[in-house]
Amino acid sequence: MENAIKSQTRIADRPRPKINYLNATHGIWSWMSTVDHKRIGVMYLVGVLGAFFVGGMFALLVRLTLLTHDHMLFGRLLLTADAYNRVFTLHGVIMVFLFIIPSVPAALGNFVLPLMLGAKDVAFPRLNLASFYLWCTGAILAVVGMIFGAIDTGWTFYTPYSTTTNGTVTLMTMAVFILGFSSIFTGINFVATVHKLRAPGMGWFDMPLFVWGIYSTAIIQVLATPVLGITVVLLMLERVFSIGIFDPKLGGDPVLFQHFFWFYSHPAVYIMILPGMAIISELIPTFSRKTMFGYRAVAYSSVSLALLSFIVWGHHMFVAGQSQLATVIFSALTFLVAIPSGVKMFNWLGTMYKGNISLETPMLYAISFLLLFAIGGLTGIFLGTLSVDVHLTDTYFVVAHFHYVMMGGTVIAFIGGIHYWWPKMTGRMYSEKWGRIACTLIFIGFNMTFLTQFILGSRGMPRRYYNYLEQYQPLHAFSTVGSWVIGLGMFMTAAYLLASLRKPMDAPDNPWGGTTLEWTTSSPPIEHNFEEQPVLTKAPYDYRPETVAH
Amino acid sequence: MEQQFDTSKIGMWLFLATEVLLFGGLFVGFGLMQARYPQEFIEAHEHLQRPLGALNTVVLLISSFTMVMGVLSAQRGDKKKVVMFLVLTILCACIFLGVKYFEYSHKFEEGLLPPRWYHAQSTDTVRDAAGNVSHGYGTFFAFYFMMTGLHGIHILVGIFLLSWIAVRAHRGEFSKAYYTPVDLVGLYWHLVDLIWIYLFPLFYLIK
Amino acid sequence: MSNSEQTSEHLHPHAHAKHHHGSAALYVRTLVALLILTAITVGASYIDFGAGNVVIALFIATIKATIVALFFMHLRWDKPVNAVIACAGFLFLGIFLMFDFIDFGSRDGLRPVNWDGKLPIETVAPATSGAAPAAEKK
Repeated sequence: MENAIKSQTRIADRPRPKINYLNATHGIWSWMSTVDHKRIGVMYLVGVLGAFFVGGMFALLVRLTLLTHDHMLFGRLLLTADAYNRVFTLHGVIMVFLFIIPSVPAALGNFVLPLMLGAKDVAFPRLNLASFYLWCTGAILAVVGMIFGAIDTGWTFYTPYSTTTNGTVTLMTMAVFILGFSSIFTGINFVATVHKLRAPGMGWFDMPLFVWGIYSTAIIQVLATPVLGITVVLLMLERVFSIGIFDPKLGGDPVLFQHFFWFYSHPAVYIMILPGMAIISELIPTFSRKTMFGYRAVAYSSVSLALLSFIVWGHHMFVAGQSQLATVIFSALTFLVAIPSGVKMFNWLGTMYKGNISLETPMLYAISFLLLFAIGGLTGIFLGTLSVDVHLTDTYFVVAHFHYVMMGGTVIAFIGGIHYWWPKMTGRMYSEKWGRIACTLIFIGFNMTFLTQFILGSRGMPRRYYNYLEQYQPLHAFSTVGSWVIGLGMFMTAAYLLASLRKPMDAPDNPWGGTTLEWTTSSPPIEHNFEEQPVLTKAPYDYRPETVAH
Repeated sequence: MEQQFDTSKIGMWLFLATEVLLFGGLFVGFGLMQARYPQEFIEAHEHLQRPLGALNTVVLLISSFTMVMGVLSAQRGDKKKVVMFLVLTILCACIFLGVKYFEYSHKFEEGLLPPRWYHAQSTDTVRDAAGNVSHGYGTFFAFYFMMTGLHGIHILVGIFLLSWIAVRAHRGEFSKAYYTPVDLVGLYWHLVDLIWIYLFPLFYLIK
Repeated sequence: MSNSEQTSEHLHPHAHAKHHHGSAALYVRTLVALLILTAITVGASYIDFGAGNVVIALFIATIKATIVALFFMHLRWDKPVNAVIACAGFLFLGIFLMFDFIDFGSRDGLRPVNWDGKLPIETVAPATSGAAPAAEKK
């Protein structure tokens, strides 16, 4: 492994530039007013990881409350039922809107996308900064909402409960509205960037697959998020002015809210997973030293996943009061949407087959992804099957499913990506030993926590419930212990990553032997990314010896 | 630069697509409620003053014309005309808002409001046994206020953007080679007109 | 300092590609067409076509919208990507509309019904009453 790193040090033997994007300018204001996509990416990274920490703490609290049947800890009641409802709601809201939706695109995407395209920056750098400030505003509003009583509606804000419950629903939905625009502006930026700012020689099918994934995500961000915007506006109007469209007593329909909500929120989950898949499409060829199997198939599958994601939202509403006809149609379409994901899985495996695989930390995360996403995706099909869903809906089975895809999928990929691009972003290498230990812990802890929940769900444990039947307690306890193992792994990861920042900047330009353009510039990059405009002359993921050696 | 111009346009069109979906959600809600309360919606819309709606439509169409003439003038580098056309566009926008204010006052006076505050009108025929009117009437007006209100907010924002561009044009910041902001604000303005093109028949004209 | 947002094109007086666009005369003709269509749609609304009124009104509206998009918004002369983006917006809106109508349209009728199959008593909270069924706001 050490050899692999050393042999790929520099493309040309050039000295590390003294000035890079981190030290080019100094002071808080230079960061707060930056339009450099790399700095914005770093700020986003700090922000979303902060949100992940808070959301994670709430998760640990939820699991701790469920550890024992009577919710007691050391002789004291941990949370009342009302408080519990607020804690799991906040866990969901923070994780979905403040963490996972921005995570890969805004943090890693912002940093890596222009570099991969051979560009100086994104298409609209000031809009990029505006996106970040909108995220901050949403975060502040959410914190204020939390302080003033929070909400207990679940992250899905279903009416009529959300229009009548006490709590800071209006404030939180306003935060969601603002965060939505942050997402929209990022999407607009990325679509325009991919269309217009590619390096000379880079046609659509010469782009790295990470770009295809981020581009597909951006399409969803642009087309789906506005409907979330109008949904929360309608919710606020309903709550404040009793406008009446979701209230049956005033002639409205609560299921209408669910249609509005899920028209965004289903594509939203593809906003979450596509960037994760995009990262995996980078990690696997690099650490298999082999070209991507079926490049075009993977590229097309990204876009088709984005488009197909818009026609399946009713599968969240099978038991909500939707008509039978609509339900059957949505169930059938849901099977369709599994196909592009399957295409990717097989292509990734095909890439690894007979590849020269090395198991550095990013690759360990990639392999974890393959296993965990396979489980998550398959259980999604179970849930999409109408006759099965009627029994499993609103149970822990659903909770386990979406944690497998969101956490076992996106978060795992995100962490893998952070490790992969860590040397590029910071100029330092993290400790490989601790990376592998932490990854193992997270993998084990994750399965302890959530595989258990498939069992809990299929045996009838409903989701979002505070009180549960005594018989579920052992499984709940096991799941809670699993959450501690995850927590340990996460803290360990944070620790060694932060520790690496105290080392001198000595990471090579291309520690992993990657073939995409970001590895041709220094670690960390100079402010303008490249000393000269790069011109692309080779196909993507070209690992033939003659191309690599140049 | 050509590439910059093209890129900005793509960005603007993407933003316009988001506006289509934002408003579109309301149109969908309106459509569903109209299907649920057809008779009520027909009767309710009689209270809207068609001539005023038609006037506003004409005003906005003219404003779209003055806007595109403003862009044309910018393409030709004619600073004076740019400012003139932008000012005319703003004028049209103000007329539109004035008419809207008049219409809104009328609605408030007559009690033509969302279900919670709706005053039953003598012409309302859909009632239950006790004589209470159906919720459909109020729902019509709920959508009326939400959609024309959101549209009105976009007009206000548009007035602000147009004024900003007019000031910049007056300062000589645009030329034959660079008039991108004028073009982009123009696109936004046309979208506002486009939305009204659909709002008008749905609220004022449907029988 | 990132300078990809240059605004000083007037420092580069070389002629850049001509942006195709309409002439003033074309724009005038476009406005006239739009006004005529408006007159038609208003006129049609005074005649009772039954269910056809909605169709006619929306059809004319769509023609007007297309004209505005093609000529005033320059899609006629732009690169196709802009038109694709515009169409995508409407297409996905159409998907939302279509599926929602499939749902609402295939229920047992669009109006909510009580257990006994009869329309519910629809009561409106009197305007003077301050006590709303909805609880504390915010």
